[in-house]
Order: sequence, then structure tokens, then C-alpha cells
Amino acid sequence: MKKPTLLNLIFSLLGASFVLFLLAPLVKMIFSAHASTLAEALADADVRSAIALTLLCALVAMIIGAILGVPLGYLLARRSFFGKRFIEALVDVPIVIPHPVAGIALLLVFGRQFFGGRFFSNFGLTIVGDVPGIVVAMLFVSAPFLVNAARDGFLRVDPRLENVARTLGYGPLRTFFTIALPLGWRALLSGAIMMWARAISEFGSIVIVTYNPKVASVLIYDRFTTYGLTYALPVAVILVLICLFVFALLRGINLRPGHQVTLI
Amino acid sequence: MIRLIDISLELGSFALRSINLEIEDGQYFTILGPTGAGKTRLLEIIAGLQVPDSGEIWIGDKQVNELPPERRHVGFMYQDYLLFPHLSVRKNIAFGLRGQSPGETGSRIADLSGLLKIEDLLNRNVADLSGGEQQRVALARALAPRPRLLLLDEPLSALDPQNRRAVRRELNAIHHQLAMTTIHVTHDFEEALVLSDRIAVINHGEIMQVGAPEDVFRRPTSPFVASFVGVENLYRGEIVREEKGELLGSNSFNAIFQSGPLRLLVVAEYEGPANAAIRPEEITIATEPSHSSALNSIYGTLVDVEARGPLFQLKFDAAVPIVAVLTRQSFASLQLEIGSKAYLSFKASAVHVF
Repeated sequence: MKKPTLLNLIFSLLGASFVLFLLAPLVKMIFSAHASTLAEALADADVRSAIALTLLCALVAMIIGAILGVPLGYLLARRSFFGKRFIEALVDVPIVIPHPVAGIALLLVFGRQFFGGRFFSNFGLTIVGDVPGIVVAMLFVSAPFLVNAARDGFLRVDPRLENVARTLGYGPLRTFFTIALPLGWRALLSGAIMMWARAISEFGSIVIVTYNPKVASVLIYDRFTTYGLTYALPVAVILVLICLFVFALLRGINLRPGHQVTLI
Repeated sequence: MIRLIDISLELGSFALRSINLEIEDGQYFTILGPTGAGKTRLLEIIAGLQVPDSGEIWIGDKQVNELPPERRHVGFMYQDYLLFPHLSVRKNIAFGLRGQSPGETGSRIADLSGLLKIEDLLNRNVADLSGGEQQRVALARALAPRPRLLLLDEPLSALDPQNRRAVRRELNAIHHQLAMTTIHVTHDFEEALVLSDRIAVINHGEIMQVGAPEDVFRRPTSPFVASFVGVENLYRGEIVREEKGELLGSNSFNAIFQSGPLRLLVVAEYEGPANAAIRPEEITIATEPSHSSALNSIYGTLVDVEARGPLFQLKFDAAVPIVAVLTRQSFASLQLEIGSKAYLSFKASAVHVF
């Protein structure tokens, strides 16, 4: 048997403490909710509509993020242009600013009296205080994950494969759809699921932009402040289980060889 | 005809400087130079994948500078083949046949896979192919849309030596069969010599010399070309196996190399058309004939002597030109002068045949 070194001993102790710190609250929470209260919560129409609203808004945000973010990721991976580094930094900004701040910033653009809000009201869409506001907030805070995943995914596709396609008579757009997209799709899918998961768990900006109708995280907060821990807990457990499921899906994609996607 | 006029490109520390080249239709043209000389960039410029800072690119009677790669009809094969990993072999080859009827596509694939002997691979996954197989598939893919020009970037360098010789012969055969104008980039002078109609030697982004292979190898016009490819004793001829040509090792045997009046004992691995090269320093000079049968001994007349640092370079006329080198001391002790006759001896194994 190998002799334990001092480093292994110390680092294992420190590492184990951290793992325990991550695991304890999650496990404790999941097991503190009785099956009966979980079933009760699931039967609650408010809870069900909040969860449905959350999943749906996150999905819409993800689709919009894919349509707008994948082309940006491709440009960042393939082209060099003035201001590229600035844009790369900008994409990460929503990850580093406090999310209530992001919510306030969004109010200043999409509020009824501001240009974003006025623009969408032409199409009969109210952003702030309504469902579209949830989508906008989710998109703002979670799109960076998809843009970065798309950029990294396209970076791993050899640009010379696209060169070969060009010499075989394919224009740039057709080359994108026949080479870059099919070869980068796993990274894109992984980034999209990551974005979806991040959108489901968003609270700080949504609570400012659209309190009602409530998404799951807002509902949990609302129950906690109004009725206390006992009423917030079952909803929290249901949300955490959904998030863990999505996360497991993501790991499943990532575990295939050669397709690691980092979070940032 | 392909013409490059004054092509220049600067990319960081790398630069192509005022490249001028003319390539006749049907020619096999080789761009020969060390790694990092700018060969791949030059091919990418011709294909339209890289935009030069200045200069003109002409394909036929059309200036193509403004044409994107998809409209230049140029086949391109990279060194590492770059087959599309998400497509089968058949779909790789069919990739450039977009817009043709299934019948046309099928017959084109059948023709090419017959030509390149890859019929059995068509339904395979490209990840399961060997290097040599990948290369054939990549070649078929490039040839499929009948390009006006074929660009090959170090096509043989990723193969092992055995495969390389076989594929080299096939490239040659295919070129003659299709009469396809081909530009082949390489750092290997044997490859260039065996395949090319004409060679351009490039170094540090500049064309150093252009000419027929023998001219470039025998008469380098610059010290760089001389040191990179220069072979003074180079002969084109044929290898004939001796009747009881003894087997040496696994697949080499004693043979005769014939080139006009020149007959050399050589150690060969195959018969047929070949080149032979002898390094001047492998040749010993004597005034008496040698009696060893393992030695080539050629009687020649000294026609020129040139001092090269500590050595003398001696040019002999023995029906073919032969160059040898001697130290000053040996030269003095042999008491040779222009017009002297001498025996030039070298081992059969000193003759490099390829």
C-alpha cells in the first residue's frame, strides 16, 4: 500500500469538508419534506402553474437565446474584428453583476415609458409586470452560458473543414449549416441546457421585473416571507429536483468523449 | 493556365513576397520548400481561402481575385485530409456533387472509387479509415466536382514510407490519366523530382528558382537551393534486376541502374524507371583501377577543378558528368590536372535510387 503523504492527508480533509458543505444542505432539505407534503404541494394549482410557467419561460428564453446567441458565438469563434474583446467581456457581464441590478437595468429599457417597452407595446406585448418580462430577465442573465458554449464549441471545429467545404462549392451560410452546426451541435445542446437550467433557477432579476405571475423561485420566496419555512420547503424541494434532473441531463451529454463544456 | 502575378501577403512575422508563377494546363507543378516557407498560404491564396495584400490570380483567362472559393472550381486537399467526420465515406465524396441528379452522383462516385480503389470503403465511417485510405477518400472528394485545378498540400507527408512510395506512383498515374493541372506542395525533393513537370523552390516567402526538376537539382542558382535540394550527381534511368540478383534483407536486391551509357551497380527495392543520386563525398579517386566487384568503378577525364573551402570539387567527364570532392592534400598527392584520366569508385550502396 502507498504511504499517505502529508499533502494527500491535508488536501483530502479540506476537500471533504467542502464536499460536506455542498451536500449537507441539499440532502437535508430533500429529506426534510415529507412525501405527503410534496404530494400536497404538487396538487396545489399555484405551485403547478408556477412550475409550468418557469419551465415554459426558460424554454422560450433558451430558444431566443439560441437564435440570437449561436450566430454571435460563431462570429466570436471565427472572425477577428474591432471590439471583439469588448464584446467577449460584455457577454460575461450578466454573470458577474448582482441580478437585482440586472432587473433594475431591464426596467429602465423595457418599462412602459422607455423605448424597449414602447417598441414591444406596438405588438401588443407588455414586458414589465407580465410573462414576457420573465422571459426577458431569464434571457439577460442566462444567455452568456449559451453564447460561450457556442463559441467554445465552434472553436473546436477545425476551420479548415469549412475551407474544404468552400472549395467544394458551398457558400459561407451553407457551410455553416452543413459543417459547423452538425459538428458543434453537442456543445450547443449542452450550452442550451445549461442556459435553461440557469434560467429556471433565476430569481433576483425576475422578482424586480415581474413579481406576478410568479415563477417557482418567486413563489418560494413569497411563501417563505408570508407563511414561513414549512410552506416554502415542499416547493423548494420540487424545484431542486427539477434542477438536478436537468443538470444530470447536461452531465450525460458532457460525459461523451471530446465534448466537455465548461460553465463559463 | 494558372498565373500568379506579384502576390504578396504579410501576416504577423510571416510574409509572401512578390510571388510570380505560371503553370501550364495539365502540368504537375511542385512548390518545394522547407516548413514555414509559406507554401500552404500560397495554396490557400490560389483557392480563395486567403486574401493576398496585393497581386493578381488568374485561372485561365479570368482574374479570380474577387471570386469566393466556392466559385473558383479548385480542388483542395490538406495534409491531414480533413474528411468530414460526421459523414460517411460516400457522403464525403458526394459532398461537392450537390445539385446533380442521384444517377449522376452515383456514377461519379463509382468512377472515382474505381480509379482510387476505394469501392469497399464507401459505406464506412471515416473514423475507421487508415491514413492511406483517408488520403484516397480525400482525393476522391476533391476530384468529384471536376475542378479546373487540384491543389495538394503535403499529400504524402502523413503516410509511412512504404505507403508513400505506392501513393506517389498512384498520384502520378492518376495525374496522367486525368491530365488535371495540379499544384503540389512539399518539403521532400524526391517527391518533387519523381512527380513534377516543373518545380518552384520557395524559402522565407520568396520564390528562389523555377524550372524543370533536373535543372533545379543539377543547376541550383542560389546557395539556398543548392543546400536544400542540390544533387550534383543525378541521373534518370531504369533499374534492371540482375539475373541472379541476390536478395539482401527483406526486399532489397542487387541490381543494375542504366542511364544512357552509364551502368551502375545498385541496391534496389523495385525495378523500373528511377532516379539515382551519388553524393560527391562518397566517391574515391584513384589512378589505378579497383578490382573489387562490389564497387562501381568509372573511368573519366578531369574537366574542371574548383576550390571549395578546405576541399576541391572535381568535375569529370565519363560520358556523363560526375562530380567528386577531394581534400587539398589528396588532390596534391594524386597529381591530377585538367585532362588527367582517373578511376572514380563508389560502393553500390552509395548510390541512392528513388
